Amino acid sequence: MGIDYFKEIWRYRELLYFFAWREIKLRYRQAAFGAAWAVIQPLFGMVLFTFVFGRMARMPSDGIPYPIFSYCGLVPWTYFSNVLGMASSSLTVNSSLIENVYFPRMFLPAGMALAGLLDFAVGSVFLVGLMVYYHVRASWALLLSPLVILIMILLTIGVSLLLAALNVRYRDVKHAVPFLIQVWMFATPIIYPASLVPERYRPFLALNPCWGIVNGFRACLFPGLPFDMKLMATSMAMAVVVFLVGANYFYRAEKSFADVI
Amino acid sequence: MSIVITVNQLSKQYRIGHADEITNVRESLVKLLTLSFLRDRQREETIWALRDVSFSIERGETLGIIGRNGAGKSTLLKILSRITSPTSGTVKVDGNVAALLEVGTGFHQELTGRENIFMNGSILGMSKKEVGQKLDAIIEFSGVEKFLDTPIKRYSSGMRLRLGFAVAAHLNPDILIVDEVLAVGDAAFQKKCLNAMENMRAGARTVLFVSHNLAAVENLCQRCIWIDGGQIRMDGESRDVIQAYMGSVTGGQSAVSDLQNAENRKGNGKIRFCKVEFLSRDGEAQGIICAGDPVVMRFHYAASEPIAHPSIGFRIYTDMGTLVTETSTWHHGIAIPLLEPGEGYLDLEIGCLNLMPARYSMSLWITDMTGTFVYDNIEHGVTLEVEKANIYQSGRDLDSRCGIVFFPQKWDLSGTLASGQGTGKHPPSQREPLAL
Repeated sequence: MGIDYFKEIWRYRELLYFFAWREIKLRYRQAAFGAAWAVIQPLFGMVLFTFVFGRMARMPSDGIPYPIFSYCGLVPWTYFSNVLGMASSSLTVNSSLIENVYFPRMFLPAGMALAGLLDFAVGSVFLVGLMVYYHVRASWALLLSPLVILIMILLTIGVSLLLAALNVRYRDVKHAVPFLIQVWMFATPIIYPASLVPERYRPFLALNPCWGIVNGFRACLFPGLPFDMKLMATSMAMAVVVFLVGANYFYRAEKSFADVI
Repeated sequence: MSIVITVNQLSKQYRIGHADEITNVRESLVKLLTLSFLRDRQREETIWALRDVSFSIERGETLGIIGRNGAGKSTLLKILSRITSPTSGTVKVDGNVAALLEVGTGFHQELTGRENIFMNGSILGMSKKEVGQKLDAIIEFSGVEKFLDTPIKRYSSGMRLRLGFAVAAHLNPDILIVDEVLAVGDAAFQKKCLNAMENMRAGARTVLFVSHNLAAVENLCQRCIWIDGGQIRMDGESRDVIQAYMGSVTGGQSAVSDLQNAENRKGNGKIRFCKVEFLSRDGEAQGIICAGDPVVMRFHYAASEPIAHPSIGFRIYTDMGTLVTETSTWHHGIAIPLLEPGEGYLDLEIGCLNLMPARYSMSLWITDMTGTFVYDNIEHGVTLEVEKANIYQSGRDLDSRCGIVFFPQKWDLSGTLASGQGTGKHPPSQREPLAL
């Protein structure tokens, strides 16, 4: 992976924005609710989980009202899972592009990750509204949120690159992704608090970078929760590893995309 | 002159696998559990789409690439435009490359014409600013300004094509690679496209052009490469290469069509076609059949028993499946009381084959007199390749875009007030890119 590769990416950088722009344009075209879907999706999850886990199962939520507790985890999770779902098929859906024109292939999955940020922003704005409603006072910890977001994006792109490239050769990926997302969601403390997990399992679960991301988000927003720096560092390291593995596999696979797709 | 593209010993191997043919659930589970799908590679067959291809192109040169379908032309273009990578060998390119392997690459049905201009331009390597600057010119070239804010799913295919080529014509690469885009669209639009390419050539840009339109290749390119079976068969001046190529194509295909093993065959087979020959008037096998030539079609048959009152006929179709003509001994009112067992032939003499240059197919039959009982019937068993010719003695080629047939004809200008009475012909030196 020489310097030329990065030069190439830089030269084509506008195309990344165009892919993201096209995705956003298309996603809400001919949809009556338009961009409101960015809120409806996590909101619906929140209502559902509040009813089932908050009310019926009386799930503890670290002293935070359950609706905002779950919504806070659902916003980054919705970003992660939506991007994964779209990015994994982004190459195969655009097969005619790949067969007929050269451009840095990674822009297709990466464009999805970029486009997803709009939904993430809309969902976050709604989160601020919820915080006002529940009288949650933000603290200085909020300043750490860009770091958490960065880890989230890095991880999302890494997994997206891996799945997208794998999907070109093995279409099984398409069927496995919803399953993967479901399992991953339950392995992440979104609907339950991390404190519910026995102490001795926590080091293993910390290897799931989503664990640190969701925990980090909550710690940024709710002053009562401690910001676990060790957990954050682990998640960051894991996200970097996942990104490097994904990017490396993608780089090696992309040379034959046009032949196999 | 400096060299902009150097291709050295380029080879490309494709796998044509049978590994993925398992469709049943049990087998695929076994495969999954034993992880055998990871080791299955050796069962796959390989083919060489390109083998040891080397050449170089100088700045400002326009190079045509010709060859039959599947010869490796497209593979070569895909490697040069970096869509795929070679199995071995190297390509050295000096400058920006834009490849037009398809018109309107990246067009999305749901986006409007204007949005697609930006999307398409960006995919082909233009910056947003550049597209913005050229937007008016692109819109004008496309001729779809009224529908610019309509999603292109409402466009006709012609409009989409125009829009796509309008963007492509405003690219500004050092090297342009064009594959067969001119095979579509109406004649006026094709002319526009060829003019745009002519302008690019005039702008000292390097152009690689692949097409089946040999007249266009000859007009646009000084130099031409003929690729056959993944290798360069000939590299030289366009006129020479095209001539050699045409000789090889027609020599093999048109003179004789062997029908012993024809597919799509019906009938009881008591009498069968063996082959069809195309001969000149003096009985010589005719390698190249040009539009306007006299032709003798010789239908060879073999009968295993006596056949009473047969009718022998054929149809000619265009490659789009349009019926051009049907004729038979029955249509001519010719009665054949009895064909003795054995081999023989019938000749059909055609004074002037007034088909436009193109590829045609023929369906043949031998039936009884009423046409109800079929002895032999071969659908599209014979290919008739009609080559370009100087039909009207004007020095201008006609081709399939001018229609299917032409008629022996003559213009008479004696009733006009045209000055400079004479033959009414332009001097042939006046060069036009396309005769339309």
